[in-house]
Amino acid sequence: MDNLELKKHANDVRKGIVTSTHAAKAGHPGGSLSSADLFTYLYFEEMNIDPKNPQKEDRDRFVLSKGHTAPGLYSALAYRGFFPVEDLTTLRKLGSYLQGHPNMHIPGVDMASGSLGQGISAAAGMALGAKLGNKDFRVYTLLGDGELEEGQVWEAAMFSGFRKLDNFVVIVDNNGLQIDGPIDQVCSPYPIADKFRAFNFHVIEVDAHDFDQLRAAFKEARETKGAPTCILMHSLKGKGVSFMEGSVEWHGKAPNDEEYAIAMADLDKIEAELNAQG
Amino acid sequence: MADVKKIATRESYGNALKELGAEYPDLVVLDADLAAATKTGVFKKAFPDRHIDCGIAECNMMGIAAGLSLTGKIPFVSSFAMFAAGRAFEQVRNSIGYPHLNVKIGATHAGISVGEDGASHQCNEDIALMRSIPGMVVMCPADDIEAKAAVRAALEYEGPVYLRFGRAACNVINDRPDYKFEIGKGDKVREGKDVTIVATGIGVDAALGAAEMLEKDGISAEVINICTIKPLDEEIIIESAKKTGKVVTVEEHSVIGGLGSAVCDCLSANYPVKVKKLGMQDVFGESGSAAALIHKYGLDAEGVYASVKEFL
Repeated sequence: MDNLELKKHANDVRKGIVTSTHAAKAGHPGGSLSSADLFTYLYFEEMNIDPKNPQKEDRDRFVLSKGHTAPGLYSALAYRGFFPVEDLTTLRKLGSYLQGHPNMHIPGVDMASGSLGQGISAAAGMALGAKLGNKDFRVYTLLGDGELEEGQVWEAAMFSGFRKLDNFVVIVDNNGLQIDGPIDQVCSPYPIADKFRAFNFHVIEVDAHDFDQLRAAFKEARETKGAPTCILMHSLKGKGVSFMEGSVEWHGKAPNDEEYAIAMADLDKIEAELNAQG
Repeated sequence: MADVKKIATRESYGNALKELGAEYPDLVVLDADLAAATKTGVFKKAFPDRHIDCGIAECNMMGIAAGLSLTGKIPFVSSFAMFAAGRAFEQVRNSIGYPHLNVKIGATHAGISVGEDGASHQCNEDIALMRSIPGMVVMCPADDIEAKAAVRAALEYEGPVYLRFGRAACNVINDRPDYKFEIGKGDKVREGKDVTIVATGIGVDAALGAAEMLEKDGISAEVINICTIKPLDEEIIIESAKKTGKVVTVEEHSVIGGLGSAVCDCLSANYPVKVKKLGMQDVFGESGSAAALIHKYGLDAEGVYASVKEFL
């Protein structure tokens, strides 16, 4: 899939994030938007998955360790065909299968998550399971940069590096902001790349919003043997929605009707620009 | 009864895993640097490729087990009860319980029979913690025979299971030809009519000893062994309470949230009778030999006998 197609899908995914959090009157748009290009790349290009058969045995696995950005994951799954896009507006509502954080009842979700630091361990366990079972599927997990403050992340990193899980990719969304403020003012996890290197990871740094860089990084990860890979993505929180970009305020807040209209106009404009390109 | 065989249920755990390993190729065992103590070393020796030492990192170990189960493996996660149920509680709750994964937690060194290590390592809260998780099966075997049967039953059951084992050697009490084990079924090990003693783990042996002493005083005690604390065999407890009208519970666990609480939950809703809960009375343990501690806290046959007499 070429970059223009990926960009169009990513813009749809962003619309799904804005639409679902607006409908829910709650949720986490900021970190969902910063990871929207990543979700798109994983589900539309990188991963061996089948929306018609979500439990396919040899599928690649994805664990959203930063489970609060479920709107981003759900939107990507919906646009990829795992469930109807219309269902996104049921997010967080009583009786909806689209729970506030991912659980096992959602088509395409491989692991329940939401309590930070836990998804990476489950993902590492899946990668080890593939090795033990001589299966060649790959396992991906996405962490927030604030999530790196959880000690369990480093227990899992030590385990994965020691076990040389080269079928395992840990992606860090480094948008620099957490609930209480900039990560380097709350309890800085920097230097992030050096930390993962110290835990015996191969580390690749990319611009989270550049599909050429994402493509090259995932190719390099696949070719890396004898070590797990960490893709450290430098991203912009709220990417794509003018008033959410770079704003900590939009970590866990939903747009009201007026804000929703502005956000959708921003994304419509991007869509028009992309359509003009072909 | 000087020739009664004694074996710690943690030994039974390791031995059972080794025996089942050949039959179940997907069985894998995880440890957090305690394989020598959890007694899974025999499995490790027999199946080195299927033993995963996660190092001293119990929270990660629970997640690793969760992930392994999602690839078709059947992980038995081993550690001390303090760390498995205590330290890693939230990982067990969110990474194993909530997604209802096929992970078995083999928790050894539960209760005060840990002995000399003292209160930091004596977990008297694990039953309370584990039974509060929806869908979690909680078992506490009374001896070697029951422990091995419980490990097999856990393996054959689909879903999360917490197994509670002890450090100290204890008498084999279920060595009888008609012994049968089923998850969720209590076992009436002695018939009686004056009082019901409901016990779990090493409390069952103490209850049987107390019942013998009570008999000499003309008191007929019924003894019920509850290995599966959740789901609880309510029928056997209600039926016995109807007969005796008085219930005493015995466990090396806090009286808050453990077997005693489970029995009270059951009886208060179905057939209210007076219940006396024997166990750790909202206190921490301390260092000492297992036998000395069990005696001090009134959980040996003498202690149970004295408490039942006082209760009646």
